[in-house]
Amino acid sequence: MLAIVTHTIARDLRLALRRPADLASVLFFFIIVASLFPLGVGPEPDLLRQLAPGVLWVGALLATMLSLPRLFADDYRDGTLEQLALSPNPLGLMVLGKVIAHWLVSGLPLALLAPVLGLQFDLPAEALWVLTGSILLGTPALSGIGAIGAGLTLGLRGGGVLLSLLVLPLYIPVLIFGAGAVDATVSGLGPGAHLSLLAALTVGGVAFAPWAAAAALKIALE
Amino acid sequence: MSSIHWFKYSAPSTFYPLAGKLIPWFWALFAGFALAGLWLGLLVAPTDFQQGEGYRIIFVHVGASWMSMFIYLVMAFWAGLGLAFNTRLSGMMAQALAPTGALFAFISLWTGALWGKPMWGAWWVWDARLTSELILLFLYMGFIALTHAIDDTRRADKAGAILALVGVVNVPIIYFSVKWWNTLHQGASVSLTKAPAMASIMLWGMLLCALAMWMYSIAVALMRVRVIILERERHTDWVKELLSSR
Repeated sequence: MLAIVTHTIARDLRLALRRPADLASVLFFFIIVASLFPLGVGPEPDLLRQLAPGVLWVGALLATMLSLPRLFADDYRDGTLEQLALSPNPLGLMVLGKVIAHWLVSGLPLALLAPVLGLQFDLPAEALWVLTGSILLGTPALSGIGAIGAGLTLGLRGGGVLLSLLVLPLYIPVLIFGAGAVDATVSGLGPGAHLSLLAALTVGGVAFAPWAAAAALKIALE
Repeated sequence: MSSIHWFKYSAPSTFYPLAGKLIPWFWALFAGFALAGLWLGLLVAPTDFQQGEGYRIIFVHVGASWMSMFIYLVMAFWAGLGLAFNTRLSGMMAQALAPTGALFAFISLWTGALWGKPMWGAWWVWDARLTSELILLFLYMGFIALTHAIDDTRRADKAGAILALVGVVNVPIIYFSVKWWNTLHQGASVSLTKAPAMASIMLWGMLLCALAMWMYSIAVALMRVRVIILERERHTDWVKELLSSR
């Protein structure tokens, strides 16, 4: 069972690394969105410090969402997905592998990039750590929930816009607790409670979402 | 009573005439409840000593909010049933309910804004209940958009069903996250939960109006499902017979 998951991860990672431009475009989208906010609201450090957790989290969330259509689309187009669905292995495990691979090329680099952007927003060092930690903890749930949306919109016209309509409302809890953890650190409350809830969302999301996504894929492949 | 064949009406061809017979009854019930509720609410119920006449929007607002939440549950129930038993009618029911649910969510938000302006001095506050109602509207919109984007009706039903079920799992999570988000950040300036002890006449008016909306939802959903049945079964013999006999 584990072999299926690791095999899928290795395959998807190899495919993703052969197209580094795709990976980079997600990261640059994140950087650009985060840089737009100071340009829009003005450069006062106090204001920026207050906005930073929400802005960076929304940026990370949108960047994750933008990379979702690619999760299944390439495999769908060349018929690989159909072969995977026909194989005797449970489709849910393969989706789990794809979700983990998606997180490794989107959530993980976003989390590593976030503290650098946090510096632009004048966040204190402690909050930077919490920001990185919360994005690390929360983005797996985003990849998992996003896989459901990606499966449901597979091969549809206007899939990208539709995907955002489906997925963004479901992302709200992750956003609230993720940005809340950083906010609580800045205001001195301590991020423990938020991070625990974020971890719970991730565990729940990664455990159940792949199966729902697999059901969605089976419908799309019918 | 084992002689009643419950699954008889799960076929669109038998459900279509049944729904046609039921619709006038639900419209009649709607009219009765609505007249009684509005009479109690607008004419009999006394003026609130704090809120004046403005509070009377409660008779629309509360029922609409209840229905928006309840319809989502019913929709998810039909969606799950359709996914489990692969029945055609279940998916049609889910699709017929979604626009009504979205409408009630919208009415609830709109009347809430109209109520909020004179009472709180703001059209909108980021209160937990308001926010979660807004998100409920988003979920309805997602469901409608998804099912309308798929041309193959069976795929549309099933995809919508998965989305509705995922939404049902998420609604409590979203509700509590929004609630904690609000209370963790700022003291509750406005609380909807601390309702003043309500006069029983107002309560009755509210309940009657909610019942009226319930009957309206059933009637409209049945009418809509009849249209969906005709549209989807237009290639079958019974629909052709039905239409040629008109």
